[in-house]
Amino acid sequence: MNSAVIHAVTDMAPEILRLDDVRVRFPVSNDWLGRPRGYAHALNGIDLQVRAGETLGIVGESGCGKSTLAQLLMGLVAPSSGTLNWAARSEGQGSSNVQIVFQDPQSSLDPRLPIWKIITEPLYARGHAPRGQMRDIAARVAAQVGIRAEYLDRFPHQFSGGQRQRIAIARALSSDPDIIVLDEPTSALDISVQAQILNLLAELQRARNLTYILISHNVSVVRHMADRVAVMYLGQIVELGSAAQVLEQPRHPYTRLLLEAVPRLGVPLQAEQVAAPTELPGNRRLPEGCFFRERCSLCTAGCEKPQALLGEEPQRVRCHVQG
Amino acid sequence: MPTSTPVLAIDNLSLEFPAYKNNVKALNGVTLHVNPGEIVGVVGESGSGKSVTAMLSMRLLPERSYRITAGSLSMLDRDMLAASEKELLQIRGRDAAMIFQEPMTALNPTRRIGRQMLDVIIHHQKISAAEARLKAIALLHDMHIASPEQVLDSYPFELSGGMRQRVMIALAFSCEPQLLIADEPTTALDVTVQRQVLLLLREKARQKGTAILLITHDMALVSQFCDRVYVMYTGAVVEQGLTADVMSNPQHPYTQGLLSGLPEMVEPGQPLMTIPGQVPNLAALPVGCTFAERCAHSMPICAQRPSLNPINGNEQRKSACWLPVKELS
Repeated sequence: MNSAVIHAVTDMAPEILRLDDVRVRFPVSNDWLGRPRGYAHALNGIDLQVRAGETLGIVGESGCGKSTLAQLLMGLVAPSSGTLNWAARSEGQGSSNVQIVFQDPQSSLDPRLPIWKIITEPLYARGHAPRGQMRDIAARVAAQVGIRAEYLDRFPHQFSGGQRQRIAIARALSSDPDIIVLDEPTSALDISVQAQILNLLAELQRARNLTYILISHNVSVVRHMADRVAVMYLGQIVELGSAAQVLEQPRHPYTRLLLEAVPRLGVPLQAEQVAAPTELPGNRRLPEGCFFRERCSLCTAGCEKPQALLGEEPQRVRCHVQG
Repeated sequence: MPTSTPVLAIDNLSLEFPAYKNNVKALNGVTLHVNPGEIVGVVGESGSGKSVTAMLSMRLLPERSYRITAGSLSMLDRDMLAASEKELLQIRGRDAAMIFQEPMTALNPTRRIGRQMLDVIIHHQKISAAEARLKAIALLHDMHIASPEQVLDSYPFELSGGMRQRVMIALAFSCEPQLLIADEPTTALDVTVQRQVLLLLREKARQKGTAILLITHDMALVSQFCDRVYVMYTGAVVEQGLTADVMSNPQHPYTQGLLSGLPEMVEPGQPLMTIPGQVPNLAALPVGCTFAERCAHSMPICAQRPSLNPINGNEQRKSACWLPVKELS
């Protein structure tokens, strides 16, 4: 494995985006004056850098804030505190360009548009490309994802699930984005199609030096695709580092718990700790100290204090015992 | 075990859904047996007919929406295809129970968990409401639910996904069925919860001697959980055998393709093996082997459909392919 080499490359690559202590909270149920009675704390202090040309994997269970993070990057949600710092684009033109590929291509493509219009929608919205060239651009991008030019006038329902996901990828590519957020890109697809889509994504990245943020609960997909991995728990990153380090030698107790629970081929289920609590604590009132304390087997003195992300980049851990 | 009567016996079953032009042939000669107390997996991609098989086993497909063209299906020596609605009401829940993928849609959102559990228990057993409630509490307690009384008094939306699925399992075991059909029981759950639900399911099944038919698309899950496995493709079984044998030494090119397409099988960053093309349209299936056009080993003889034949004379281990048996590697 040449992960050390890959890692060295991404270390030198310029930073495109830096998140500093980003927090997002949503108001829950207003009182009679319209003031919120409480908050759902979705993201609780995210520090993260995204470098050009890398794949950053984000894993975690439902409710850990993965999707809020995706929405934040897309600009659909504003941070309640903290900042998103985009590196200035070389052309110096306006806002950052982030595109997304959603989980279910059935619902993320407009059923009433021919696919060439779907593919060029981001260009249309940004208004940078002349109208007359739209179709040519669509044909060029479609060819890159393996959709034939004859199909450009067809509608989404005429394609299979895998092809629809290819169209969604083409749409994300068309405006030449800085970052593509892949939100569970293969979990709605069959295994044989999943392999095709993952190969396509890897190929495109190599050819066009794309930057991916891959959000997935499927650890084996993340292990396959990602250079760096962030493990999230209750709106915090509990472990961050190179994919090989984090997924092969996890140090945070939550990462270990998560990786042990992933079904593996040919390894029989071991029946221990059936009754261990498996649920995330609620995010209305955040736990004191370490967020993972209640479920942690290593819990000792010191865990009642809030934990910081310790260590240096190959592997950073939010745990004072393992850090 | 082959000497005992199977809990579920499906023989050469073919089923089609009538459509305007071409009938959709969802099942094309499925043969599948579940013996008492064993855990059997059915894997396949969408359109392989695995869920239709599960639904038909309980006769849950809408009447008159489908047509059986050949074969038989019997549960505990009773012909399920000829059973009347009245008989079915007795069979469902008592002899065989089912767990669905999404517990939120399987439970009635407007009624408390307790009411829903008591309904099932009282329908099948001659006991009073108070006794049924005690039984429900015991069942939930077996699922390692800390406060069963509280769960009984809550509505489905008040529980988490893992908790709801545990309630479904408790409900499924309430009448001690001989067969439990689980259709993607953990797809909607997180991995840590999935593991817990599977462990509880297996513990309870082993304790009561219940057979489980697990329908899934997750190869890794099957390899961890099942004694035997059937691999389905376009409505037919293409390979069967003991799970460890099928996973370590797959014979059918489709099974080989499925396994080698998993990201676990290659070094990170290396290209994944793929199966070219896509699943053929079930309304217009080729005459020969349905996998031939995607298969790397396609031969002239593949224009005839291969039958599911024992490998090396082993009746438990079968593959539907013309290729000679591959030696153990």
